[in-house]
Amino acid sequence: MGSLIPLHQLSPGSSGIVKKLTAQGNERRRMMDLGLVYNTKIKSLQKSPCGDPIAYELRGVVIALRSESASQILVEYLATDE
Amino acid sequence: MDFHSKSAIGSVKETSLMYQNCVDGLVIALAGNPNTGKSTIFNSLTGLNQHTGNWPGKTVANAQGRYNHKGNNYNLIDLPGTYSLAANSPEEEIARDFICFGRPQATVVVADATTLERNLNLVLQIMEITDKVVVCVNLLDEAGRKGIHIDLQRLSSLLGVPVIGTSARTGVGLNELQDTIQDVASGKITTKPLKVHYNSLIEDLVSKIEPVISLCIKDKFISRWISLRLLENQDPFLEVVGKYLAKDICSEKDILHTLTQLEQYLVQNNIGKDELCDSMVLEILKNAEEISAATISYAKQSYNQQDRQIDNILTSRLFGIPIMISLLGLILWITIEGANYPSQALTIGLFWFEEKLTDFCLWVNCPNWLHGALVLGVYRTLAWVIAVMLPPMAIFFPLFTILEDLGYLPRVAFNLDNFFKKACAHGKQALTMCMGLGCNAAGVIACRIIDSPRERLIATITNNFVPCNGRFPALIALAMIFIAGSAGQYQSVLAVLTIVALIVLGIVITLTVSKLLSHTILKGMPSSFTLELPPYRKPQIGRIIVRSLYDRTLFVLGRAVMVAAPAGLIIWIMANVFMGDNEISIIQYGANVLDPFARYLGLDGFILIAFILGFPANEIVIPILIMAYMSTGQLIEINSLESLRELFVSHEWTWLTALCTMLFFLNHFPCGTTLLTICKETQSKKWPLVAFIVPTMTGIILCFVVAQTVRLLGWA
Repeated sequence: MGSLIPLHQLSPGSSGIVKKLTAQGNERRRMMDLGLVYNTKIKSLQKSPCGDPIAYELRGVVIALRSESASQILVEYLATDE
Repeated sequence: MDFHSKSAIGSVKETSLMYQNCVDGLVIALAGNPNTGKSTIFNSLTGLNQHTGNWPGKTVANAQGRYNHKGNNYNLIDLPGTYSLAANSPEEEIARDFICFGRPQATVVVADATTLERNLNLVLQIMEITDKVVVCVNLLDEAGRKGIHIDLQRLSSLLGVPVIGTSARTGVGLNELQDTIQDVASGKITTKPLKVHYNSLIEDLVSKIEPVISLCIKDKFISRWISLRLLENQDPFLEVVGKYLAKDICSEKDILHTLTQLEQYLVQNNIGKDELCDSMVLEILKNAEEISAATISYAKQSYNQQDRQIDNILTSRLFGIPIMISLLGLILWITIEGANYPSQALTIGLFWFEEKLTDFCLWVNCPNWLHGALVLGVYRTLAWVIAVMLPPMAIFFPLFTILEDLGYLPRVAFNLDNFFKKACAHGKQALTMCMGLGCNAAGVIACRIIDSPRERLIATITNNFVPCNGRFPALIALAMIFIAGSAGQYQSVLAVLTIVALIVLGIVITLTVSKLLSHTILKGMPSSFTLELPPYRKPQIGRIIVRSLYDRTLFVLGRAVMVAAPAGLIIWIMANVFMGDNEISIIQYGANVLDPFARYLGLDGFILIAFILGFPANEIVIPILIMAYMSTGQLIEINSLESLRELFVSHEWTWLTALCTMLFFLNHFPCGTTLLTICKETQSKKWPLVAFIVPTMTGIILCFVVAQTVRLLGWA
């Protein structure tokens, strides 16, 4: 069991498992509706040319999250593509 | 915030009214996630051409259409595309309220076969409100290409409602879908929708509330759903329920009593609402996960590898932005170059008809003033607006729609979002700005794709800082004559650079003003950021041409005509009614009055009045100016740049006059069509007013500073 890191620190090409949402209220509900809930596998795909937002793949869908949103999602590191 | 709730409620009320008026037809709601081809299904069934785009969140106000199937009439309501019914946004609220309180005879939920699991979240939520559900798994062809197989029969038996597979783009499965809708609506098929069971705490609480609710609300289905929602969020929800059921359920003693008890119970046992809410969402998602695991099989593990490879290029650090700029530049170039010929042809045709109208007037002995007002005033202005506006739009919109259909546009938003984030705006504003290059009114309509209220208003108000097609020809002409005039063979290169500089300036102003707005009048408006990057799809050229011509070009042109016709009359009157001792026209008089003020801005009275009279369309500003300078009674054009230069120079133009005129072109009130569109989109009078004042003040300040500085330095 590794320690939890905020999603935006997951480097592109790596995947993790969502363990905790620290967002509250509407923001939290929106994330959950996008499928960002406990034990969901998520993969960091790539950064925007300007560094932010970052595109993530989860449940077969690609969504872009800004770093302030992604920092409210804590994940456990899983693996990195070679 | 008020405009959103107003428009949301307005549209639901309208639809429920319509539902009551249509005795002859059944009402069918069409729901689904954004970007699932929902609107394609809507179009195919109703034949009504409503725009569909390959970007999430297109339909905001609900579109309606009718169709006939096997002798029965159907009214199809296209609800906004949403991920959920949690009422996080006005769109979700509209969808939720209509499904629940509009009581459609059936609700079709369109799901994307390539991302079924995520779509099931909405399906399960809707099945909690109504049992009359048909699930339409669309984009089966695309899923097939990606090696995704879905066991539709199994899915149907797990969900307990009919499931129809379709490929709406080719029309596959639509007949079966219509048959099934008919059977569900008529009750021939009885459904047994899967009921999501929550944890014992929630079920326990629901069993306490539900009996009391069902005393007031007969529908068994709704009472469970209302009870669940009351657990999440009481007060605002009770208000909504009361409004639609025309029953003040808050004043029912039993309900109040139960709710107070519930509240006490939660406090005593230290249970937070968030906790309840979380476990409900989790439970639904868990169901979705299990169902998809049982019904979806993947032939290839990396089924969307190709999309990722394309993304690696189109959004890469190295190529992302250069590719984007070249694509946009190419579209603009094709538009400006390509519009010349059809524009000339249209002008010739329309002016030939004007001559025939004049002949007709002579033949019927029509008085001079009437011929002048109607033919030289109204008709000529109309003809002018159509001839210069139609061709560029007819070229720009289809080209832009190809990028939209491909799925490229969300990538543009992704590439540029960081700039917009710094300006407190949304990355999708980049798209509404690109659309603004074609036409600001269309750009304002495009702001619908921004789902966050504050960012949507920012994009709406600042769209005018991007020069539209109507302003380009004037900007190019002025740049050619006054800025690049002495550059010899490099004239056109220098002119292009000037235009690019102006666009860049427009972007800088947009970002600055966006930031200012969000810190001032829009402070505190709710804001959020979600951007989905949908799969790339092959564009359908035929459909694009029809849709972009019908939905965008003709639509904008229609509004422009509405504004231009009365304006044509006013312009003619102002140019042909003479007043005072010197018998000067009203235009001349107005120009004299405005002149001292205009001089401070580096302009003159005529230029300023041309901008004011050019309110219906930016295309006619220069023709009005020429008309005013030459004291002719009607709009005229000068085709040669050299004679235009002579005319302007004889009215004391310098490069500073041209520069200030160009700056004022970039920064002044939006045209009448755009303001009318802002009015319709925001359902308010306040925001069009703000959209009028903000760019005008910007223009006045900018021109003043530039003119005074240059004069102070003695450069001109």
